[in-house]
Amino acid sequence: MKKIDIAVVDYGMGNLRSVSKALEHVAPTKTVLVTSDPEQLLKAERVVFPGQGAMPDCMRELDARGLREAVLFAAQKKPFLGICIGLQMLFEHSEEGNAAGLGLFKGEVKRFALEDMHLSNGDKLKVPHMGWNQVYQSTNNGVAPHALWQGIADGARFYYVHSYYVQPADASLTAGFSEYPNRFTSAIANNNLFAVQFHPEKSASAGLQLLSNFVDWQP
Amino acid sequence: MGLAKRIIPCLDVTDGRVVKGINFLELRDAGDPVEVAKRYDEQGADELTFLDITASSDNRGLILHIIEQVASQVFIPLTVGGGVREVEDVRRLLNAGADKVSINTTAVLNPQMVADAASRFGSQCIVVAIDAKKVDNQPYQWEVFTHGGRKATGLDAVEWAKKMVALGAGELLITSMDRDGTKIGFNNPLNRAISDAVAVPIIASGGVGNLQHLVDGVKVGGADAVLAASIFHYGEYTVKQAKQYMAQHGIEVRL
Repeated sequence: MKKIDIAVVDYGMGNLRSVSKALEHVAPTKTVLVTSDPEQLLKAERVVFPGQGAMPDCMRELDARGLREAVLFAAQKKPFLGICIGLQMLFEHSEEGNAAGLGLFKGEVKRFALEDMHLSNGDKLKVPHMGWNQVYQSTNNGVAPHALWQGIADGARFYYVHSYYVQPADASLTAGFSEYPNRFTSAIANNNLFAVQFHPEKSASAGLQLLSNFVDWQP
Repeated sequence: MGLAKRIIPCLDVTDGRVVKGINFLELRDAGDPVEVAKRYDEQGADELTFLDITASSDNRGLILHIIEQVASQVFIPLTVGGGVREVEDVRRLLNAGADKVSINTTAVLNPQMVADAASRFGSQCIVVAIDAKKVDNQPYQWEVFTHGGRKATGLDAVEWAKKMVALGAGELLITSMDRDGTKIGFNNPLNRAISDAVAVPIIASGGVGNLQHLVDGVKVGGADAVLAASIFHYGEYTVKQAKQYMAQHGIEVRL
């Protein structure tokens, strides 16, 4: 059986092709497999959980494919990259459809409140938060930025499209944040796990650099 | 600093080639879609929009092949529109590598299709394109037109925009049929009226002739993104020049 370097979790939603194509682009010698087979996730060296769509649907499809245990295992034991819903579903609960997540981390997934979107200068911010926003890298009390930020400028722009954001109970999980208009967590890190709200696969050179860092990451 | 305003070059594609022309007349070949897409990506385009204007159904499948090729080489968001009639068309385009699909005439003929597509794939990938024209002697100022601006619908463009968002559109592409191809600037009152009426981002389209028009589209028209074709295709300006100009005029852009 051929070695699987990177498994991309296929739970029947969203545009998985974008993620696998971007990974193949940054790691042409690696085997990238898009799969909904729990066995393959367990065999893979690294796991990427991409995401689009709504969290309740995501959780339902995950269970329908019997993927919950394999994803939880990977998120705790292998180099793991969560993207968008792949970040949100790691938490206990989402306001979107009042859905329960995997509960790996304590915290809530909240909707951007429309009342916060009116700025003092009269402008109105739109929801979904769609487009290129700056990501600031956490230095958690003098600790160097995370290995996945290597080669990426602090404040570099990444592409977002989402209406919900994570609010971790443990602030030290936050590896990066953005502002819209209030500060929100846009990346978390924990041992072998890194997860982001933005879409590195659609974020031009900064995004490709992050994916390349993930492929080489030895947590 | 926060979210940047986006510049989106639009590529009209027919029979596998990018074409340019005014009001779909005198179409001229403007190159291979993959090469053109790569060029705009290198110039710093924030997204790309492909409009499939293929007339015959025989060659419709070509756009899927093109999107597949572009998506494996260009890593920015791709929107595809033109001839999207059913939910299955949306699925095919997303599977080929599109990030968003733009729905125009079908939204008018069958609004439920917008709701179905949004609930199946998520609002984030459903763009509703609205072609609007200024009208007189009506209770509203701008009317929705379909079929490339030839068919009046009797729909108030602002009310229509609100309805599309309620059904699940995650973004609106507003084209002023009065301005398209004129190079006299966006219809900013139309864009402002819609932008103020909905919570989702709007893309202004139709009428760009110079870089100040892009600035006005954001500042006066309230657009979250500006779409342009000819000023970039003809090499008058690069995307980078456009962004630098917008930045000089106080607009936050990705440079």
